[in-house]
Amino acid sequence: MTLLEARGVTKRFAGIVALDDVDLACDEREIVGLIGPNGAGKTTLFNCLTGVLRPDAGRVLFEGKDLGALAVHRRARLGIARTFQRMELFAGMTVRDHLLVADRAHRRAGGLPSDLVLRGRIHPSERDRVDRVLAQLGLLDDGDRPVDALSLGTGRLVELGRALITEPRLVFLDEPFSGLDRIETDEVVATLQAAHAERDVAIVLVEHDVTAVQHLCERVVVLDYGRVIASGPTDTVLEDPAVRRAYLGVTE
Amino acid sequence: MSAPLLELAGVHAGYGPFKAVVDVDLTVPAGGAVALLGPNGAGKTTVARVVSGLVRPTAGTVAFDGEVISGLPAHEIARRGVAHAPEGRSVFATLSVEENLALPLRQAHGTARAAELTDQAYAMFPRLGERRAQLAGSLSGGEQRQLSLARVLVDPPRLLVVDELSLGLAPVIIGEVYQRLAEIRRLGTALLLVEQYVEHALGIAESIVVLRAGEVAYAGAPLPTDELSQLFLAAG
Ligand SMILES: Nc1ncnc2c1ncn2[C@@H]1O[C@H](COP(=O)(O)OP(=O)(O)OP(=O)(O)O)[C@@H](O)[C@H]1O
Ligand SMILES: [Mg+2]
Repeated sequence: MTLLEARGVTKRFAGIVALDDVDLACDEREIVGLIGPNGAGKTTLFNCLTGVLRPDAGRVLFEGKDLGALAVHRRARLGIARTFQRMELFAGMTVRDHLLVADRAHRRAGGLPSDLVLRGRIHPSERDRVDRVLAQLGLLDDGDRPVDALSLGTGRLVELGRALITEPRLVFLDEPFSGLDRIETDEVVATLQAAHAERDVAIVLVEHDVTAVQHLCERVVVLDYGRVIASGPTDTVLEDPAVRRAYLGVTE
Repeated sequence: MSAPLLELAGVHAGYGPFKAVVDVDLTVPAGGAVALLGPNGAGKTTVARVVSGLVRPTAGTVAFDGEVISGLPAHEIARRGVAHAPEGRSVFATLSVEENLALPLRQAHGTARAAELTDQAYAMFPRLGERRAQLAGSLSGGEQRQLSLARVLVDPPRLLVVDELSLGLAPVIIGEVYQRLAEIRRLGTALLLVEQYVEHALGIAESIVVLRAGEVAYAGAPLPTDELSQLFLAAG
């Protein structure tokens, strides 16, 4: 069943058409790749779909309902989560604290920021949710370490954990493997696959590591200059001459 | 044989009690290209930062063109002809693309030459030309990387230290940047390439140094990829 459907999304910045009539659909539990050259509009599309930016035209449907102008946190409550192109972890805070804050921020009913403060008791149900995510991501041994002490790959898993703890139906991942070496990438890919297999979650993945995209996505959508230039099964699309020219840069 | 352009001898470096780099020897001949490989956390970036003066070695020496440069401030090392194309993005967010390119080039070469070099940058990265008036801070992640690389690629130093060139770049751009690296090498620039993507680096480097937990695990001619993987895995 279709979980997300974006139709005709258009976004302009001061004379630049960053997104031009873009359609994107994602089924329940599907992993869709979103690829394309630098500046093609991938992050902008994520911003439009998560409610950070208001598209100039187009509609976004989630579980068949039009999201309209719904704010970021309201979309999050419906089950839409994301990670960012630049890692945003708090130095000094432990892995566990990151997940706990994400959990509380998601659950509070518009309460005070002080609700997030880590002093005070941790509710057993909170502990259970945090432990479940830590276990799923293979992070139980790292739970009490400050995030600054982690390798880049483990830091990426914490970001992912922060998204997963909100029990999303759909996660947008923006370049989760950038800066990771081959070994780390393979590990994070495997962990992501395992977590996906255990959960009812769909993923839209933006990534320039084409090998990782091939491993994770059966289907990809290619953006170039804000337009969809190809979409379909990953291997077929990567053979498409227009995609090779615009994105892969392979000339033969 | 002439003296190497860059020579690290017995270099140690670290952050507080953490020893990131232990007793590293490394040389780059004039006009040569050396790839510094190894898994994340092996100390590659620290070595790169020691060379350009961003990190002071705790022991050992770095010599450039026969003179000891370790201990000199980074801007003095840069003045002598070492450029560091950093990991991450380093652009002035509140200046336009054009200003980001032209201002430092004007300072170094005067207005006329700076204009020529800026045009070369646009030929190399057409996207930057399309966006010359845009504020650099609003560029996409990969566009900002292109901007920070463009400046050193049109104005090649004697030694270019490139750290994680491929970060955030689309494959088509990575290919173009490597072509340009081969070109500036022919023009006489020596290269020290710090790379995750071993295949790219091996296409251009005639020798490699593999780091493992801060130490040199191998130095010499490029190895076949399966032997390299063995070295990398042993590091984990
Ligand atoms: N606030 C803004 N003002 C002007 N232009 C913008 C703004 N934000 C984004 N853009 C432009 O919109 C285009 C799309 O940017 P976006 O960040 O979506 O690209 P991307 O596909 O994520 O690229 P990358 O692979 O480099 O991350 C880019 O050309 C960018 O320069
Ligand atoms: Mg982006």
